[in-house]
Amino acid sequence: MSVATTQISVQGSEPIFHVIDEHDHPEGASTMLGFWIYLMSDCLIFAMLFATYGVLGGNYAAGPAPKDLFDLKLVALNTTMLLLSSITYGFAMLTMEKSKIGQTQLWLAITGLFGLAFLGIELTEFAHMIHEGATPQRSAFLSSFFTLVGTHGLHVTFGLVWLVTLMVQTARFGLTTANRRRLMCLSMFWHFLDVVWIGVFTFVYLLGMLR
Amino acid sequence: MTTDSHALHSDAGHDDHGGAAHGSLKSYLIGFGLSVILTAVPFWLVMTGTIADKAVTALIVLVLAAVQIVVHMVYFLHMNTRSENGWTMMAMIFTVVMVVIALTGSLWVMHHLNINMMPMHDMNQMP
Repeated sequence: MSVATTQISVQGSEPIFHVIDEHDHPEGASTMLGFWIYLMSDCLIFAMLFATYGVLGGNYAAGPAPKDLFDLKLVALNTTMLLLSSITYGFAMLTMEKSKIGQTQLWLAITGLFGLAFLGIELTEFAHMIHEGATPQRSAFLSSFFTLVGTHGLHVTFGLVWLVTLMVQTARFGLTTANRRRLMCLSMFWHFLDVVWIGVFTFVYLLGMLR
Repeated sequence: MTTDSHALHSDAGHDDHGGAAHGSLKSYLIGFGLSVILTAVPFWLVMTGTIADKAVTALIVLVLAAVQIVVHMVYFLHMNTRSENGWTMMAMIFTVVMVVIALTGSLWVMHHLNINMMPMHDMNQMP
């Protein structure tokens, strides 16, 4: 780019400070980088929520502590669900590259079921906690806990909506270039949520039980 | 600089210089195997309480989590220094710097604030 501007400034009387020759931008060429930058900004949101939990996580206000509330067996099961959904989404991507539409749809459906299982278990846990009086209003610890884990759960929910949408899209229009690109974006989103969950089960659940 | 290689390739469009990287069955399975181990070990450590010292357990759990995040980044999100001309890596490094500053800063400052608060009455000492 600097080469182009210097050439122009030598030839013309006035220097031009923008790219003269427009190089082609194929559709979706910058989508993956743009989506990656979105994920990084999402990462910052979670970092702030983790910081909030880190600061407030010890303020029980004479209410229940992590030890009284968390069931690590349930969390381990939940983690397994999300981890399995990550690998099945990986399989969906591999079959997509081979253009096997039926298998891709099958793996996407399995991923969705694991995601649904994750959400179901998480909501059961929340319902159990709220039933015992451990609501977000009870203490600063519980407020920050529900905000952090709830935001992650909300992301998984929207990921599932997106997954179903793309399955319908793929069923109607096939594995077109646009649909492949969308499935790649969702793949990054889904794996990213798994990365955030590593932080959640480590910081919130495991370290909470050690407190 | 990268602008040189960019200029060389610019006539061929964006496709050739690295979109997102793809994985293979092998890399997915390696990643999955590693993350199963890296998840199971910290859960086992905390649930059984094998190591008596809680601080040591917490440290091991944190280190394993950091390793697992890197494993997921490499094997599932296919992070490398080449994809998108290294801009994904650049964006990630920037984010990691921001996250580290925000997390350590918040925890550090608020911890000291707590320590330096006026000592409260310890209700357990009351008659």
